[in-house]
Amino acid sequence: MTTSPERIVIAGASLAGLAAAHGLRERGFAGRLTLIGDEPHLPYDRPPLSKQVLRGLYSADTTLPRHPDLEAEFRLGLPATRLDPEERFVELGDGSRLPYDRLLIATGTRARPWPKPEEAALDGLYTLRGRDDAQRLGQRLQAKPRRVVLVGGGFIGFEVASTCRDLDIPVTLLVRDATPLAAALGAHLGGLIGEVAREKGVDLRLASEIERMEAEGGRLTAVTLKDGERIETDCLVAAIGTLRNVEWLDGSGLAADAKGLRCDAFCRALRRDGSVVRGVFAAGDVARWPNPHDDDALVAVEHWGNARAQAETAAGNMLAGDASAMRRHDHLPDFWSQQFGLTIKLVGLTDGADAFAVRHGSLEERRLVAVFGKEGRTVAAASIDSARWLPAYKAAIRERAPFPPIEEALDQPRLRVQEP
Amino acid sequence: MTGSTLFEQILDPANRANPYPLYAELRKIPVSRQEDGTYVVSTHAELARLISDPRISSDDLPDPQKFRWTGHPITDLLVRPVRAEIRKRHRPFIFRDPPDHDRLRGQVMRCFTPQRVRGMREKTQRITDDLIAKMAGKTRIDLVDDFSYPLPVTVICELLGVPPEDEAQFHGWATQLATALEPNQRGDEETQAKNEVCFNEIADYIQGLIKEKRKNPQEDILSDLATDTDGMNDFDLIATAVLLLVAGHETTVNLITNGMLTLLRFPEHLERLRAEPETAPRLIEELLRYEPPVHYRTRLALADIPVAGITIPKDAPVILLLAAANRDPLRFSDPDRFDPDRPDNRHLGFGGGLHYCVGAPLARIEAEVALVSLVRRLKGLSLTENPPPYRPGASLRGPCHLRLALEEVAEG
Repeated sequence: MTTSPERIVIAGASLAGLAAAHGLRERGFAGRLTLIGDEPHLPYDRPPLSKQVLRGLYSADTTLPRHPDLEAEFRLGLPATRLDPEERFVELGDGSRLPYDRLLIATGTRARPWPKPEEAALDGLYTLRGRDDAQRLGQRLQAKPRRVVLVGGGFIGFEVASTCRDLDIPVTLLVRDATPLAAALGAHLGGLIGEVAREKGVDLRLASEIERMEAEGGRLTAVTLKDGERIETDCLVAAIGTLRNVEWLDGSGLAADAKGLRCDAFCRALRRDGSVVRGVFAAGDVARWPNPHDDDALVAVEHWGNARAQAETAAGNMLAGDASAMRRHDHLPDFWSQQFGLTIKLVGLTDGADAFAVRHGSLEERRLVAVFGKEGRTVAAASIDSARWLPAYKAAIRERAPFPPIEEALDQPRLRVQEP
Repeated sequence: MTGSTLFEQILDPANRANPYPLYAELRKIPVSRQEDGTYVVSTHAELARLISDPRISSDDLPDPQKFRWTGHPITDLLVRPVRAEIRKRHRPFIFRDPPDHDRLRGQVMRCFTPQRVRGMREKTQRITDDLIAKMAGKTRIDLVDDFSYPLPVTVICELLGVPPEDEAQFHGWATQLATALEPNQRGDEETQAKNEVCFNEIADYIQGLIKEKRKNPQEDILSDLATDTDGMNDFDLIATAVLLLVAGHETTVNLITNGMLTLLRFPEHLERLRAEPETAPRLIEELLRYEPPVHYRTRLALADIPVAGITIPKDAPVILLLAAANRDPLRFSDPDRFDPDRPDNRHLGFGGGLHYCVGAPLARIEAEVALVSLVRRLKGLSLTENPPPYRPGASLRGPCHLRLALEEVAEG
């Protein structure tokens, strides 16, 4: 791996792929650079899709800016279908082969399809992942459906519900769990957001699932819930999570499964036996990497910030020559969401958290910074409409400060530690 | 100055013209304890972090010391203690923490509307043109007295609604009150006594002005604040007005003077600004990094704060050395080079966190109008003293005079 690469292929032409391409050029890579994208579009930004694009404020063309001197070749509209890490080439959907000296796998995720194929095929059933999805759904929303039924208690579901309310469309939001957004934010904050959603007119149903759908002439007309209630609707959005785009790696020997493509601390792809695959790296939603902030537990992080940071790290390491010159990916996961007039930010990961405390503001004011602890250490912090102290908590999470962190500070209510 | 700490050397007027080598020394230890127990933060990462840390308080003014007895029991036992107590409770929001800070700053921000600030561009241009017109026929000017001082003063007075005929008396008041930012001055008895006299005078003046504004509101910030039904009490209103006046008097003057000084030291940038005035905004951002008007701000640690391998102990004074962080090579490549084309120039020239400069948009407009006009109209400029003499402050750092030779003043 000491020879400098002449030809780099990036499988995946979204945020991570483009960030890596820029990172490679910034670091002086002058060879051939090819990005493969299965969509026909140049790299674009996703955060506005569930918000401004659906609402009709922005067009669905959220193309990301490219450096004028990027000089990358884009192979768009064709997925990568096979990797041969011994012969070092990627095969595309049309059978053509792209040889590489270094390969970055940034194929990301796709929306999890509705589990019953005959229902998934109905006109009126939508998922939201790409800009074409956003365009289709946006057009439908702007034509004012009678009622939108949203399935899924995650951020996309809530953001779409918020957009629907902005457009004054009646919304029923079905959440399978007893608390919305609980996986990321815990019961207190998830509960707060659920409360705000209800105030804004969302018909929020917790612990609720669809039993079956009704259709006429291939068009969705109604859904029946498990509790027997029937809701008429001609527009259903399934926001039920994602699937990682790893199937094309079958047979390559790489350690890829539904949880993602395993890589080491330097973003190098691994085989099933844990050995490093020469010249192959991974970044973004598809990568599953050892998180130094959580005792190297493997994690795949589907956040905008991680995609960029990991692509940067991978780009540097692809040109580093050997491991001694590589940098480990130590990005502290963070993300934000805007919905129902609230800005929600989260730093760190709340998985396995066993303690929760509001450190600034309050749930009642709906402006707060809250912290999450796990086994006595600070692992995450969330803010709602009040991000100004978040950097200090971010530092505390990086340092794995004892929980609760940052006491005797300004602007703090009395400490009360609860279950998350 | 052997044996003195690095920060004492920074305070020493002998090092005012070029404190940057001392800053480089300080940065070797990102957060360094001085002999007197003060902690100086000089690196970008640590400073950016601490400036948004809820354990760092801005309420760090020393309590007024006991004053000399006047012999009048009513004055000594009643008037002064009560007045001191009132002042302590109604400090300007630059020296206050949330939630009070947020309320007061919020009220000011509501008056500092983007439309109002943008509207100042034309007025700034008019004042600039007037000041430059007065230079016609001269071959020597003092940029500070003839331009950099009067411009922002006229602008802030107009914005606040201070009658132009009263401007003159603010000069002395503002200079005196600005000592509150200098930790080596503000604690001493004589300065405190002078500040008290000075504050009482300015407070009386502003009290009168507020009455006038309430009776007869005008299109200005003081009228807005004074007639805000959900507004601040009069003590806070006075403290706020004084803050805005002092800030308007003591900061932009440095930005403009440092700007011309830097352009004259690097004439290729002067020529470029003359030829491409549209590059001014980037140049001003680089100035804010390279020669910021405010070099440091002081804070107080409310709790033990672990940072950069040490712990700042509870109750320790903390100096956030913004100007040193602006030259941190870990954040800015080739930091001692003046380079307006620098990418991603996230300087700390306006501070950061919740006390980020309220007047930043106004200062940017003033500096842009001033520098573009000066280089366009003043021909054959040169420095007659390099370095120029500096004002005493180490925080509000800038030349007290910038004497220039010039050949010609071009028509406007």
